[in-house]
Amino acid sequence: MPADALKCKECSTTYPLDARYVCERCFGPLEVSYAPLTSTPDELRRRIQAGPHTLWRYADFLPLAGPPRTALPTGWTPLMRADRLAERLGLRELWVKNETANPTHSFKDRVVSVALARAIELGFETVACASTGNLANAVAAHAAAAGLPSYVFIPADLEQEKILATGAYGTHIVAVRGNYDAVNRLCTELSGDRPWAFVNVNVRPYYAEGSKTLAFETAEQLGWELPDRVVAPIASGSLYTKVARGFEEFIDAGLVTGDVPIMCGAQAEGCSPVAQAFAAGTDVCRPVKPDTIAKSLAIGNPADGPYAVELANATGGSIESVTDDEIRAGVRLLAETTGIFTETAGGVTTAVLAKLAAAGAIDPDERVVAYITGDGLKTLDTVRGTFEVAEIAPSVDEFELAFVSAGTA
Amino acid sequence: MAVKVKLPTQLRDAAGNQSEAQVDGATVGEALDSLYAQHGELRSRIADDGGALRRFVNVYLGGEDIRFLDGLDTPVSDGDELTILPAVAGG
Repeated sequence: MPADALKCKECSTTYPLDARYVCERCFGPLEVSYAPLTSTPDELRRRIQAGPHTLWRYADFLPLAGPPRTALPTGWTPLMRADRLAERLGLRELWVKNETANPTHSFKDRVVSVALARAIELGFETVACASTGNLANAVAAHAAAAGLPSYVFIPADLEQEKILATGAYGTHIVAVRGNYDAVNRLCTELSGDRPWAFVNVNVRPYYAEGSKTLAFETAEQLGWELPDRVVAPIASGSLYTKVARGFEEFIDAGLVTGDVPIMCGAQAEGCSPVAQAFAAGTDVCRPVKPDTIAKSLAIGNPADGPYAVELANATGGSIESVTDDEIRAGVRLLAETTGIFTETAGGVTTAVLAKLAAAGAIDPDERVVAYITGDGLKTLDTVRGTFEVAEIAPSVDEFELAFVSAGTA
Repeated sequence: MAVKVKLPTQLRDAAGNQSEAQVDGATVGEALDSLYAQHGELRSRIADDGGALRRFVNVYLGGEDIRFLDGLDTPVSDGDELTILPAVAGG
């Protein structure tokens, strides 16, 4: 399914497949459009199954001109059946897509893989990004693997873990005194005058396509079937909308039958412009100043917000928000029932899933997939002080005093 | 009030290939009207038929999104700087 143009989501004006992201006529966002499929479902399925155990097995659905050249294998992460979590929530069939298994421990490796591969095709020699942390990690790592210099722009108050894990790759870290939206604005200005591929600015249409592979893998790992409902986090709204697009493309290709799942979006209450718009019955997302521990979701001015609201409505889903305390509880709940330690964004997703289940919004017979998009090792402060450590002398007596007399060992 | 407007690359072809313009007005809206008076084609690129900003156009006054201020009614002072940028999703 070769890409044939960049197309404005607002007014459908088309442009060549180069480094651009905004419609010159109406300022609407551009996305990749594809020529109609010429392969049968059997042919497509065979090509996918013969492909590598990375996101490139879905090359038929990705916007590259030639074979992808990336050095850091990404994707094909585990889809784990989460029976213990399902039982706690009163659900029958729950799956967790574990994106912590990617090379830099978040789903951002997917979007960067596609953006970087396309940037190299377009002749770029330097890559950059505006990031809330995970993207900076991924850009720094994939650029290092490809041997390209990189510049990552982050809010100066980002979690130390994310800064340290990014600096290790030898990138140029630019810590901007301001929130993510200020970083994004700066990068938008810089991208106009610099010959760099800003993965989420001037090559964003290609970048965004990477998120579709979350849906492709989910369907394939479910034995070429669709979930009934998914729960995914919303920051800019790009992942959430592209996951739905991925399911849609597999349905249109004849690889699966059924409908796009009920799409549930998850935000932190301290940065919930899309959830607020959904609740108010409008697609106008008023920007907010983020104040939440879920820094990877702290985008106060989400450009894909209107499309996220439309998608939730079109699929019978919803967009919910949860408090910082609920996020911390979500991180613990997921860890204790699945063995996956997620960062705050996964806490948001888990907490929204729990909230929907508690409200009876999920039919117990539904097959539900939750997208856990990042790793808890990057936001360690979230769990600090939420458990006790028993410090003892190396003595059997002290151990027994601490545990046996307490009846726990 | 004399105000400087910085234009994104995507709009410069409609502004004589300039990256900025000097305009007049007491509010952001008046400053933009003054910009349209200089470069007529910019109006339809930035604003809808009713004069409101299109939904993927962001305008900043001194670095602050005008939606946090009074929108197009936000007062401007001599020497202020407006920046027009396309909304772009993050990560």
